[in-house]
Amino acid sequence: MKFGVVVFPGSNCDHDAFYAINNVLHQSVEFIWHQSEDLANCDAVILPGGFAHGDYLRTGALARFSPVMKSVKQFAQSGGLVLGICNGFQILLEAGLLPGAVIRNIGLRYICRHVHIRVENTTTPFTQAAAPGQLLKIPIAHNDGNYTADPQTLVELQKNQQIVFRYTSADGKDDAAGNPNGSMENIAGICNRERNVTGLMPHPERAVESALDSADGLVIFRSMVEALVTSAKASA
Amino acid sequence: MATASAEIKVTAEIAAEHGLSAPEYARVQQILGRDPNITELGIFSVMWSEHCSYKSSKVHLKRLPVHGKLVVQGPGENAGVVDIGDGLVAAFKIESHNHPSFVEPFQGATTGVGGILRDIFTMGARPIAVLDSLRFGPITRDKSAPSVSPETIAKNRRILDGVIRGIANYGNSFGVPTIGGEVCFEPCYSQNPLVNALALGIAKKEDLFFAKARGTGNPVVYVGAKTGRDGIHGASLLASAEFTEESQQKRPNVQVGDPFVEKLLLEACLEAMITGAVVAIQDMGAAGLTCSTTEMASRGGTGIEIDLALVPQRESGMTPYEIMLSESQERMLLVAEKGREPEVLQVFKKWGLDAVVVGEVADGGLLRVKDHGVVVAEIPAHPLAEEGPVYQRPIAQPSQRKESAADWFVFAPEKKNLTDSFKRLLASPAISSKRWITEQYDTMVRTNTLAVPGAGDAAVVRIKGTKRALALATDGNGRWCQLNPRLGAMHAVAEASRNVACSGAKPIAATNCLNFGSPEKPEVMWQFSEAIDGLAAACDELETPITGGNVSFYNETLGSSIYPTPVIGILGVIEDATNVLKMAFRNDGDIIILLDGAPASLSTAISSNGANSNLTREFSSSEYSKTICGIVAGQPPAIDLPAEKRLQQCLIALAASHSVQSAHDISDGGLAVTVAESCFASAPARKSGDTLGARIRIEDRSPAESALFGERGARTVITVSPASLNAVLQMARNCGVSAVQIGRVTADGIFSIELNRSAIIGESVETLRDIWAHSLERALKQ
Repeated sequence: MKFGVVVFPGSNCDHDAFYAINNVLHQSVEFIWHQSEDLANCDAVILPGGFAHGDYLRTGALARFSPVMKSVKQFAQSGGLVLGICNGFQILLEAGLLPGAVIRNIGLRYICRHVHIRVENTTTPFTQAAAPGQLLKIPIAHNDGNYTADPQTLVELQKNQQIVFRYTSADGKDDAAGNPNGSMENIAGICNRERNVTGLMPHPERAVESALDSADGLVIFRSMVEALVTSAKASA
Repeated sequence: MATASAEIKVTAEIAAEHGLSAPEYARVQQILGRDPNITELGIFSVMWSEHCSYKSSKVHLKRLPVHGKLVVQGPGENAGVVDIGDGLVAAFKIESHNHPSFVEPFQGATTGVGGILRDIFTMGARPIAVLDSLRFGPITRDKSAPSVSPETIAKNRRILDGVIRGIANYGNSFGVPTIGGEVCFEPCYSQNPLVNALALGIAKKEDLFFAKARGTGNPVVYVGAKTGRDGIHGASLLASAEFTEESQQKRPNVQVGDPFVEKLLLEACLEAMITGAVVAIQDMGAAGLTCSTTEMASRGGTGIEIDLALVPQRESGMTPYEIMLSESQERMLLVAEKGREPEVLQVFKKWGLDAVVVGEVADGGLLRVKDHGVVVAEIPAHPLAEEGPVYQRPIAQPSQRKESAADWFVFAPEKKNLTDSFKRLLASPAISSKRWITEQYDTMVRTNTLAVPGAGDAAVVRIKGTKRALALATDGNGRWCQLNPRLGAMHAVAEASRNVACSGAKPIAATNCLNFGSPEKPEVMWQFSEAIDGLAAACDELETPITGGNVSFYNETLGSSIYPTPVIGILGVIEDATNVLKMAFRNDGDIIILLDGAPASLSTAISSNGANSNLTREFSSSEYSKTICGIVAGQPPAIDLPAEKRLQQCLIALAASHSVQSAHDISDGGLAVTVAESCFASAPARKSGDTLGARIRIEDRSPAESALFGERGARTVITVSPASLNAVLQMARNCGVSAVQIGRVTADGIFSIELNRSAIIGESVETLRDIWAHSLERALKQ
């Protein structure tokens, strides 16, 4: 089993995702340069956080044109696991692999702090190791994380249970107080209909060791490993 | 100044317009053996500006201790370097970007961060942390700033907002955690804010790079962003002159930052260095191409020849003068090994950056600048870099108004309840939580941050692949330096060092940013000289040699200077990252202990009838005195450096023994604020989310304000579990440090302090926390 971490020139959480997979989960992982169309036979692809091409335009608007994204799309369409974290989520939205958009945070400021998110759906390969409704303490760090979609899309997301994570207060209430950036319905992360592509604004790779104040993010990566093991067995 | 063209005949008047005095101009003529042309004049003017040449400070800086067992590189390179064990070195340095940040707060702060980051990675070290030491004018109207107009307050808030956004914008995008520093407010910074940025990087010892050009015929390569007309004379006209009413016209002198390009430059430079084909490298910061060519040649004892026609340019029609003096950001100059330049160029191409061979290393020690093959400047590099003017400026102690008791703080009669004053203190911008600011910074990227801002006295980052961590703290008390520059500077070193020790780290080295008024004023030079002596004494005693930094003079507007503000950054090493101590109280029932390195001094400060005049004078310089009564007078507290050292050694030993639950030093706002902050910090880590309280009972013969809010140094509040109490007391005794039990951590939601069995402060800890946590944000949103 092998993970791939895509490196755009302005990715800056690429090393963090690599470290989490390699040093904490002890899984094999390699970097994939954004100009490569070869995903190096990876079983799962992570689009990491950062500012892919500076993001002076809309976040992720240029990154979707990087050559690697053509392969990522094909990979996703063939059922491969794709996780977009923060800027990676923004890129997935721009690339049309996930519905909706993120706009500037409601306070118009960059926010970096630990927040709480609730796992809303444990039937995805990214959350299958989590308990239903499990609360995770995970940091956010973004300027543009305010999830927005038209009413039709929101209905679809609900109906298909594509809302994977919601922001909550520390006590688990998904009210305005627990919503750091103004996201509609406190949405912190969503998946596609097929469940194999997920994006979220919080950074699970920053919450993988108790020394970093939380190891709650591990459950997401563990879920991916579990899912890959299961599918490898199934195809064996 | 009009844009110069090559045809202009240089005269003494034009030299004066460039900031060169008559003797300096004569020296230029002597070095060249002829009159300079306009390009050469421009080159001399920036190299010999105060900012680049240190001409007023050099004679004093020599008194600073710069040597030490762990120092790999002292002052004189792009950054200081120290050995941190495991074959690794840390490169770190602090620099000012004060004037640009006043003229254009966002871009000024942004390029300040960008510049210091380049200084670090140009040495081959990947930046792992940034700290910022900031000083602004008042942002609220209170007792401490009664005469500040609403317009000034509004302007100060705008400057603060722009600076914070600028720092955040650059560091967040670049991908380095911004994890600490300080923010202070004083009226003297209204017209001249201070923005000092410190960056820290690590490298393998054998992978360090230096800025020494070597090897005749080796190609000189320009890399990074294209050169434009921005920032021309940033170093000479903006950084080396005081502000006048026309200063807003200097806005075009401020550079514009692009963190994305800097990120590309970082990755490309580190990758290019791995090829082994890079001989030397220097960033283009102040004075751009001029400074990088001259200094690399001078350090290497060689010459450099470049052709400006080859320099990538953003605008057309730039003159040699403009190209040489441009301070466009995100550029580097490197020397490659002849024949291997394609390897280097290939790396930069991968990262989408310009990389062009613009010249070569030459014999003869000349900086020779051509434009389309025609020589436009030819100057001996070594005299240009090293033989600039050096001044022993006149020094005069300012005549001090004789203070009397009427100028000083008046202690309240005994048993007065001080809860309301305490609340005002917690609400003041100086003391209140800075979370509103630090949440705008990415404090966690690279997943090394063990202590985020506000979690401990120092910022702490671990070093992956080792057991180690590094701790960093900055400090500088301008108000105290105004009252006594020597003592104030000593306190800055002592406190930064104590902060580092409170995190469990051993302080090993220092960097300094010396912010002062005009060196042409004898009073300012007296302050400078005194501060240098204070720094030297404290760094010597605490064994933290100064490895680099920067001097920022001319911090004055319309003739009035800022407080002399030496800012010190101290780096410490924690051998085992699991030893890290933070300030938050951890458990209900833990015992609160006051550690004091100088047990004897307290009793000598107090006479039999209560307060003596020493205590009164010292307290008149405190944060409490300023905030509650608007009194800034007297003297900083006396300092006892051996006591500081004993205390710090004790803290390091306690941290290593894992017998302590929390540690937080006593500084601004005294004991009461220290204990309160440890309570407030407890909430985020507790499952229930509630805040631990504290019940403090102290016996002290000094007046209540002094006992609770006095800022005497060499003191730290720690907590221990009852089971570890005896062991901790024994360790403190062994270190020669007094350890007094002053109370308990509680879970009853109450914060209380009794002095000699009288209740002085009592309040719900949530009420206090709310005041402390939200005052800054509320003030800025007014």
